[in-house]
Amino acid sequence: MTVPKRIGKIRFGLISPQEFRKMSVVKIITADTYDDDGFPIEMGLMDPRLGVIDPGLRCRTCGGRPGECPGHFGHIDLIAPVMHVGFAKLVRKILRAICRECSRLMLLDHEKETFLEQIRTLEDLGQPTDDVVNKVFSEARKHKTCPYCGAPQREIKFERPLSYIEDGHKLTPSDIRDRFEKASDEDIQVMGMNPETARPEWIILTVLPVPPVTMRPSITLESGQRSEDDLTHKLVDIIRINQRFQENREAGAPQLIIEDLWELLQYHVTTFLDNTVSGVPPARHRSGRPLKTLSQRLKGKEGRFRGSLSGKRVNFSARTVISPDPNLSINEVGVPMDVARELTVPMIVNSRNIEVMRKYVARGPDNHPGVNYVQRADNRRVKVTDKNCGEVAEQLEVGWKIDRQLADGDVVLFNRQPSLHRMSIMAHRIKVMPYKTFRLNPAVCPPYNADFDGDEMNLHVPQTEEARAEAQILMRVQENILSPRFGGPIIGGIHDYVTGSFLLTHGERRISRAGLMEVLKKYDINDLPEPKGYDERGEPYWTGKQMFSLVLPRGLNLSFKADFCLACEQCKGPDCDNDAFVVIEDGQLLKGTIDAEAVGAFKGKVTDRIIKEYDPSVASTFLDRMTLLALRGIMLAGFSFGIDDEDIPVPAAEQIDDVTRTARENVQKLIEAYRAGELEPLPGRTLDETLEMRIMQTLGKARDSAGKIAGRYLGLDNSGVVMAVSGARGSMLNLTQMAACVGQQSVRGERIRRGYAGRTLPHFQRGDLGAEAHGFVESSYKDGLTPIEFFFHAIGGREGLVDTAIRTSQSGYLQRRLVNALQDLEVNYDGTVRETRGMIVQFKYGEDGVDASRRDYASPDNVRRIIKKVLAREDA
Amino acid sequence: MKKFAVQDHDLVPPHILLSPEEAEQVLQQYGVEARQLPKIHVSDPVAKEIGAKVGDVIKVLRISPTARQAVFYRLVID
Repeated sequence: MTVPKRIGKIRFGLISPQEFRKMSVVKIITADTYDDDGFPIEMGLMDPRLGVIDPGLRCRTCGGRPGECPGHFGHIDLIAPVMHVGFAKLVRKILRAICRECSRLMLLDHEKETFLEQIRTLEDLGQPTDDVVNKVFSEARKHKTCPYCGAPQREIKFERPLSYIEDGHKLTPSDIRDRFEKASDEDIQVMGMNPETARPEWIILTVLPVPPVTMRPSITLESGQRSEDDLTHKLVDIIRINQRFQENREAGAPQLIIEDLWELLQYHVTTFLDNTVSGVPPARHRSGRPLKTLSQRLKGKEGRFRGSLSGKRVNFSARTVISPDPNLSINEVGVPMDVARELTVPMIVNSRNIEVMRKYVARGPDNHPGVNYVQRADNRRVKVTDKNCGEVAEQLEVGWKIDRQLADGDVVLFNRQPSLHRMSIMAHRIKVMPYKTFRLNPAVCPPYNADFDGDEMNLHVPQTEEARAEAQILMRVQENILSPRFGGPIIGGIHDYVTGSFLLTHGERRISRAGLMEVLKKYDINDLPEPKGYDERGEPYWTGKQMFSLVLPRGLNLSFKADFCLACEQCKGPDCDNDAFVVIEDGQLLKGTIDAEAVGAFKGKVTDRIIKEYDPSVASTFLDRMTLLALRGIMLAGFSFGIDDEDIPVPAAEQIDDVTRTARENVQKLIEAYRAGELEPLPGRTLDETLEMRIMQTLGKARDSAGKIAGRYLGLDNSGVVMAVSGARGSMLNLTQMAACVGQQSVRGERIRRGYAGRTLPHFQRGDLGAEAHGFVESSYKDGLTPIEFFFHAIGGREGLVDTAIRTSQSGYLQRRLVNALQDLEVNYDGTVRETRGMIVQFKYGEDGVDASRRDYASPDNVRRIIKKVLAREDA
Repeated sequence: MKKFAVQDHDLVPPHILLSPEEAEQVLQQYGVEARQLPKIHVSDPVAKEIGAKVGDVIKVLRISPTARQAVFYRLVID
């Protein structure tokens, strides 16, 4: 094993031509790659000394086989120097800072000294020197004549991408290189460079390194034709032009032609380095596709850094659309047959399982659960086919490995991006199912933040026993019911689950024997509870509360206020008139209604209690049963929401009209008072602000009272109200907006004021401060909005959209930075938080050493419960 | 200029200079070497105030929103 080494220092610099030559193993002079027999030509671009890619051959430099030999650089001697695109701006800065005659940095000696000192101090402190260096360049540029030789300086114009024009003459790379060569070491240091590792003249290329063939392998097509890498193509171009340039120069071609060729060489070298330079047409393949050259390989999302090093693709994974299946356990995931047949789990054949394994292999790959591959004792892999499966099964020996197809009960990891917290990847047990989607219980949607409007999720199959064990113990869904984020259950009922348990348990819903069977038919419950009573005809009936008690574990004691508690002034506790106070004794739901507060995701008091008092598996059984019960409950009661559920009676509509009319009048009165100067400003507010606030207040109140009026006519017989009140979906405000009055539209918390000069729309008088001129929507969604209201509503709605878009991007970036900074911290067994070197960050995790998901809200209620429990134990 | 003590400020928690024996005990307790502790500069106003020297360990009693008071140790460095 190699010993891990600690990196002490990284130094960036430029490579000198000498260095290029030193590391080169061959000088490339010919643009040809392979000869007619398919062998690489010596001193060509595929010279065998540059490394090997063809199997069976050995590298002529290091003797390594393909895969062992890392490849070796060669070089091309350029006939004339060319510029390097990456340094165009630096070259411009240096050119302007040094004298055109004597190449000295045009600063006075004492200035140079002070700058150098500043740079040294910053370097000692390990801080960036950019600011000082930029100052050096801008100061040096101010001199019109050289302070040393007195030569007058000319303005140097820079033209993208790579031309430097002095006095109308274009500077050739040779000219520039000559100037740079003369610069003294001291001056270079003042310009922020280290003359030992980066002399300015090294920016201008005289030697071009030829990357090893290993990083530009050629592909042999099926037709036997070779297809070269983009980089090789580019290098061919460079060599060709280089040769032509040389021939022309030796033949004494006219200056014009030489210049053209030089320009062409420059173009090829530039595009070799970066093919997306603005002002340079990208070099194209014969097919018209732009070439992927050096810079393109590294840059961006699919580049080497983000695409190949930080992120890689994995095997044994699948991705498809998700859909809901309430019949699955929360610990399960439904996997399509097609996926199950493709993904495999390795199993080692031993003396005890060989017969079972044989049966698996004999099934072949098409007969689920079969085997796709067999690995023999000598590590040879054999593909199992329909034809050879019988034969392979007979040959099977102890020590072989088989790749068994995924089957029910296998443990897999299930993930939905963005993986923002640890519950974004959880371990599920597999259930192979028909069709083509992953299926999951909707109760596990909240931790993944998934819905079924087209979401896709990923699935990974652990390949080792250790990985499986770890996944089962740490990552199983039931182990993640309690979120470490807030210490409560993140998994629980949503939407219909909540509505269903509400409908079932609210009040004294009577359920006949037939209904009871309907509700319980999905269960493994064998003993029916005693009937609650008998109806007029002497038929027994049960209540929804009894049904719910069946899913509660015995011995559970709990009481709390339900979500739809109206927060009466004097809480009557268990005698609540609205059935909003839940009392559970010994696993029997005695009083109260089960709603979001009891079983909902993020709230779930009952779930929370069960998981803390019992264990995760009890909690997961509870959730499984609760979800089934709730769905049966909602089906028994019947539940739908339609457009006429937003209807309110005529008197109510009239009352609401009254309310809005008076509000409008009140606003008008306020405006009149303001105009008459009778309005008293609120403390710390201007008169205008006061008016705005009073108007907002009045209109807000109008919306609220409109809602209240509507609410009076919409009771628990309205499905919308049931959903809002039980916490399943939506709020009373949503209902108010649909049925009564949408209310004030706002931009940045204020009434809408933008638009034309002094008015929002041309339909209003200038300076109109009235309700309807500034975005008060009097109509309800049901009635429909007037065109003007609709427009204001669109303004307010757009602001909401923009806000969410910005919020998600900003919080995403914030999260990334936090995770980057904290990802290697670890809580040790002694409670300290340390990083990888063992340096202590916190002496106690969170300073109090508490795991949020294990704590149990330090409330007096707990003490009471513990006493009760202990007393009960002593009684027994 | 008026002299003042930084420790008197509300936002500066109490800093206590530990004796070498106490410091050793802290290191024993956490099973760490001194260099693994969080650091504080000798030039830090608080360190100056309590007269800490390089290599000393300072005990800091920070106010914590979760635990009311949290104990931290910091190694005085150059």
